[in-house]
Amino acid sequence: MEDEPIIVAFCCHYCAYAAADLAGTLRIAYPANVRVLRLPCTGKIEVDYLLAAFERGVDGVIVAGCLEGGCHFQEGNLRARRRVERAQQILGEIGIEPERLEMFNLSSAEGARFAEIVTLMSKRIAKLGPSPLRLCREHVERSIRDMNDEAQRAVAGEKR
Amino acid sequence: MIVADRKKVPEIRDMVKKHDRVLLVGCGTCVTVCLAGGERETGILGSALRMALKLIGRGEVVVDECTIERQCEDAFIDILASRVAEYDAICSLGCGAGVQALAERFPNTPVYPGLNTQFIGILESQGVWTEKCAGCGACRLGEFAGICPLTRCAKRLLNGPCGGSREGICEVREDLDCAWQLIYDRAKALGILDSFETEAPTQDWSTSLDGGPRKVIREDQCIAGVCSKTPAKSLG
Repeated sequence: MEDEPIIVAFCCHYCAYAAADLAGTLRIAYPANVRVLRLPCTGKIEVDYLLAAFERGVDGVIVAGCLEGGCHFQEGNLRARRRVERAQQILGEIGIEPERLEMFNLSSAEGARFAEIVTLMSKRIAKLGPSPLRLCREHVERSIRDMNDEAQRAVAGEKR
Repeated sequence: MIVADRKKVPEIRDMVKKHDRVLLVGCGTCVTVCLAGGERETGILGSALRMALKLIGRGEVVVDECTIERQCEDAFIDILASRVAEYDAICSLGCGAGVQALAERFPNTPVYPGLNTQFIGILESQGVWTEKCAGCGACRLGEFAGICPLTRCAKRLLNGPCGGSREGICEVREDLDCAWQLIYDRAKALGILDSFETEAPTQDWSTSLDGGPRKVIREDQCIAGVCSKTPAKSLG
């Protein structure tokens, strides 16, 4: 249990978050080690959000945004992709496997796809092993709750 | 503006790893605009540096961040003065001037550069900056239709193109427009091609980088007594 990977999924309110909800409604099982954080758009993601997640000890990060061309804010998901790529490059620079972080695109109707993404990342992270920065589970879970609070404030439109 | 880019994290990590408390200092001016050392980049480096230190077993090193409006002016550096005493070292995300201004202001604290200062340039397109000025100290842009051959010609030729210009492209770098082609085209469009008929004087290199740092002194602006330190090589 302690060694089980912890994955954070930054999910867009308009697609991936609804897809996760749909996966639940459809009773599609997916690994329970993913923690879903709802954002108003993946364009809200900054490189430092992603690095902060790894710094706080999570093993893997999913960024899940709308299909390309389908962003509610026109190009938030495209910006997010480039920020994810920059974060991957920085992770590689400091010696953490960049594949612990990946961006996916899906629509709100793709509950099964959400489950598939989480399963894929969960298997990948399990194969890579715990992050070299991994802290105790309780500490990581507490940090994720803090990140979630921050994300909820973002959804509510409060400034960071 | 001054354009810089960030050093690789391992290089910065190795500079600061022997210290226990490190303050990353960003700068809110040029390096913010060129996305190298502003508040956001300082935050990103802080996070990356903490992780990098932890990975080599130095996770106990405290890395804090702050960004001041301008690192190259003492009035802004003053804001830091009360905090610096809490740290063993500073890593500056300012340009070379910023690093040295911090080093002068805090003589007992090691100051390390987090950036490689590159050049004086402009934003060419989003995410692309290009060198435009070599700071030679004797500007002759008026003679060259507003295009600096010293900076933009790969061979720094001041007396016309070399034989390697091919259809407006430099022979040294395929991604480089021939500066002299640009000068010719612009001079032609401006109707000042005849200016090239007159003999141009050689460049006055005495104003450039040799003989120590250059100074610009405005006597009318100096506070009495300060200008008496006028060096041998003063400009203006």
